Amino acid sequence: MLTADASQAATWRSLRQEVLAGDADSRAVTLHERAQATRRSILKMITDAGQGHIGGDFSVTDILTVLFDAVMNVDPENPRQEDRDHFILSKGHCAAALYSTLAHSGFFPVSELDTFMAPLSALNGHPNRVKVPGVETNTGPLGHGLPVAVGTAIGAKLLNNGARVFVVTGDGEMQEGSNWEALMSASHQKLDNLTVVVDRNRLQQGARTEETNGLDPLDARLAAFGMEVRVVDGHNYNDLIDALRPSTTGSPVAVIANTIKGKGVSFIEDRVEWHHKVPSQEQTLQAFQELS
Amino acid sequence: MTTTTVLNDAPTFDNRQDFADELIALARTNDRIVAVCNDSVGSSNLTKFRDEFPDRLINVGIAEQNMVGVGAGLANAGLIPFVCAAGPFLTGRSLEQIKADVAYSQHNVILCGMSPGMAYGELGPTHHSVEDFSWLRPLPGLDIVVPADGAQTRAAVRNAVADPRPTYIRVGRFKVPHVSEDNVGLERGKFVVAREGTDVTIIATGTEVSRALWAAASLASEGVSARVLNATYLSPLDEEAIKDAARQTGAIVTAEEANVAGGLGAAVASVVGQLEDGARVPMRILGLNHFAPTGSTAFLLDHFGLTADHITAAAREVLHRD
Repeated sequence: MLTADASQAATWRSLRQEVLAGDADSRAVTLHERAQATRRSILKMITDAGQGHIGGDFSVTDILTVLFDAVMNVDPENPRQEDRDHFILSKGHCAAALYSTLAHSGFFPVSELDTFMAPLSALNGHPNRVKVPGVETNTGPLGHGLPVAVGTAIGAKLLNNGARVFVVTGDGEMQEGSNWEALMSASHQKLDNLTVVVDRNRLQQGARTEETNGLDPLDARLAAFGMEVRVVDGHNYNDLIDALRPSTTGSPVAVIANTIKGKGVSFIEDRVEWHHKVPSQEQTLQAFQELS
Repeated sequence: MTTTTVLNDAPTFDNRQDFADELIALARTNDRIVAVCNDSVGSSNLTKFRDEFPDRLINVGIAEQNMVGVGAGLANAGLIPFVCAAGPFLTGRSLEQIKADVAYSQHNVILCGMSPGMAYGELGPTHHSVEDFSWLRPLPGLDIVVPADGAQTRAAVRNAVADPRPTYIRVGRFKVPHVSEDNVGLERGKFVVAREGTDVTIIATGTEVSRALWAAASLASEGVSARVLNATYLSPLDEEAIKDAARQTGAIVTAEEANVAGGLGAAVASVVGQLEDGARVPMRILGLNHFAPTGSTAFLLDHFGLTADHITAAAREVLHRD
């Protein structure tokens, strides 16, 4: 099991205070800088490893940044504290984005990111809670994170500890039936401590979601399953913060975060082939420039 | 010298009652214990649990994938979840959840496969849980416990609460006689020596344990000393007991109410086939090898050669091979 980086955690804490205390404009600037730094880490991890899921990593980066830097109640130095807010990345193939976010928050040293997918690294291509602090459950096969999030939310309510539970699913992943089983029970159990964020980048591995097995009207479908639905620009920091506020109706919250797969790098954005393509040396240089 | 005797006309019991009673008794003093089920409140014998702890029975409806994921989440939150459903649906429908959310994630979920084996008799292979050993044995970090009677079922529940870890427990419905004392304990990863013997070893699990004891008594009347090992834990596997049986008795019969492809017999054979001294030990593996035809549980156990007479005959065969 990796261990926390105390100095990085301290840096993260003061940055977080600054974010929460600042006005909307300065908050957006700070969070954007954080997100771009995370994207640069992801880019380096993927080019070094020669593999990874860059498109989905970049679409979810802003969501992760807002959750960890502005919303969730977590302590990187005490990652299993029982009353913590819980975060589950159901789209486990975007592990690089999660690792980078966790490292920049001090859950483990940033230097560890250099081992991404190297032999015997704790940082597998999909996250492993046994080895990586901040990971709540092992994901990779799709349709697993949301049921575990539902169980965690039920547990937090039984323990009455005030913990909130956040889970990010891919949009293509919403084709998995297990997610709809979970949504049904989430609303039946009135889990107002649960927030499901759908990273709605409209692309899955092989094609556009709407050409593959269409999800729309996703908002109406989620509402029909009893969710309090919020639709938001998944790259607007202040709008995301607002959308991630607690339930107002007593129902679980579903946030449809409209995102761009590959966000931040022009030649990767919204292109299906960049699901898990690795940039060439030349492309990497250009990508770093665009992310700086 | 251990000699467990089970009379041929001994009274028989459904282990689910002991399971439910023990779970309720423990839940009274440990408020972290919760139960999760898939509409199976009645068939999992959870009615009394629900009446006493209405908030702590989470019924997710007929949705087994979600059920196991919810169990993992409850464990993640800090609770001790007993996830109860008919064996075939728990292990077959949610196998990937058991693999990823429970075993690989090391979430301390207690998976309770109710009415396993061919307990559902005439309802047929869709409702039989005879592949569970084969499906679950390859999952590292998942204990597999197969109590042979009510007292052992209670012990399995107590173990799960005392030392929560990813665990699958077979909770039998087909009525079996008692083969152990009340309040017996189960040691993790150890077979129970149900009867000492020197000429052949019968390694049996679950419903087959009492039958193995009957077979051993019958063999004794022919002058054959049969050891009977009750395989209460399939994982971790008691390799030492298997090696001792191979070295000391020289012949092994296994009996399980499960498919032989990857079950108890296969586990034993993989140890026996790799003995350090290269010894050859004749074996017979009794169990299922095809989908069951229509019939009651008792009929099907006979159909598949899982009666005491079949075990006795298999023991004679391995004895005569050298």
